[in-house]
Amino acid sequence: MDPYALKTLNAERRARRAVILVTDLGDGRDRIVREGDQVAGELGAAIAKAFRSGNSGSVEAEGGTFFLNVYLPQPRLLVIGAVHISQALAPMAKIAGYPVEIVDPRTAFATADRFPDVVLHAEWPEDVLSRQPLDSYTALAAVTHDPKIDDFALKAALDANCFYVGALGSRKTHAKRVERLLAMGATADQIARIHAPIGLDIGAASPAEIAVAIIAQAIQAFRSRGLESKEAAA
Amino acid sequence: MENSIYLDEARDPLIIAEGWMKDGKDVAIATVVETWGSAPRPVGSHLVIDAEGNFHGSVSGGCVEGAVVTEAVDVIDSGKAKMLEFGVADDTAWQVGLSCGGRIKVYVERLG
Repeated sequence: MDPYALKTLNAERRARRAVILVTDLGDGRDRIVREGDQVAGELGAAIAKAFRSGNSGSVEAEGGTFFLNVYLPQPRLLVIGAVHISQALAPMAKIAGYPVEIVDPRTAFATADRFPDVVLHAEWPEDVLSRQPLDSYTALAAVTHDPKIDDFALKAALDANCFYVGALGSRKTHAKRVERLLAMGATADQIARIHAPIGLDIGAASPAEIAVAIIAQAIQAFRSRGLESKEAAA
Repeated sequence: MENSIYLDEARDPLIIAEGWMKDGKDVAIATVVETWGSAPRPVGSHLVIDAEGNFHGSVSGGCVEGAVVTEAVDVIDSGKAKMLEFGVADDTAWQVGLSCGGRIKVYVERLG
C-alpha cells in the first residue's frame, strides 16, 4: 500500500467521509476514491455500486482484477436524555462499536458523576445539533419523555435521514408525539421511520434490559439500511 | 464531535499502521479479499504486522493469524505482495486452517 494512500484513507475516515481503496491485485498499485468522485468505465460502475452497498470485494474490469475496500463512516449513537436507561446504554453501545454522546439540558441529570467516560452535553439539543449536525451514519435515541427536549431532536434526525430514530414512550404517548411532529412539518412517511415504543420487543423491563433492546434495534437498522428502498424498487 | 470518537483509534489497525510508519517501522498490511462459506471476518478486514511480528486487527477468529504474520515478515523483507489462501484444517492437530469450515483469501502487501 502506498503510504500516502494510507494517510489519506485515515484522514477521510477520521472526517466521517465514505471512501474506497482500489487496489490493482496484478501490480499492487492502489488509489483512494471518494464518494462522488467520477470514475469512468466498468470500474467506475463497480465503485458506484460498492458505495451504495457498503460491501467490499474483487471486480474484474479493464483487463485486470481490482479489490475495492469500502470504508463507510463509523456509525454512532446520539442519546437525548441523561436518564437511567442511558447509563446502561452508553457503555453497551460503545462496546458494540457505536460511540455514544449524550445530550440533556437538565444539569441534575447530565453529570460526569452519573456518566463517567461518556461525551456528555448539558445543553439543549438545538445548541448541540447546530454545532454538530446529524448525518445518515448517526442513530438517535430520544429517551427523556419530555417533548420540550425530545421533539426538536427527533425532527432533526428525520430530516438528516439518521439510520435509526427511536423514541421512548407508550403507544399513547407516541400518538401525541406524532401530532406534534406533523405540526412541526414532518411528513407521515418520515414519522413512520420512528421506532416507538423504542427497542426490539424482547420483553425488556429494567433500564439495562431496555438499553439492550435499543442497541439491538439500532444495530438491526444499521445492518439492514437501504434494504427497504431496494424492496420498494423491486 | 471530536474526531477521536469517530474511530476506535487504539484498536484500529490502519491507524496503528500509520503510527508505526511515523515511528519509522516497516509494516505489512494483510486484507481479507475473498471468503467462501462461513468465514469469521468479512471481506475488507485488516491485520497489520510490523517487522518484529507485532500485530493488530484480525483476518479470522485467530485461526490463521500466526501463519499470516509469518508470511508478512517475508513480505516486508522482499517487498513483494502475496496472496494467501486458507481452508478447512486437516484433522491433524495444529494444522493451520479454519475450523469453521470456510475458506478465505488474504492479500498481504508491504506499506511503501
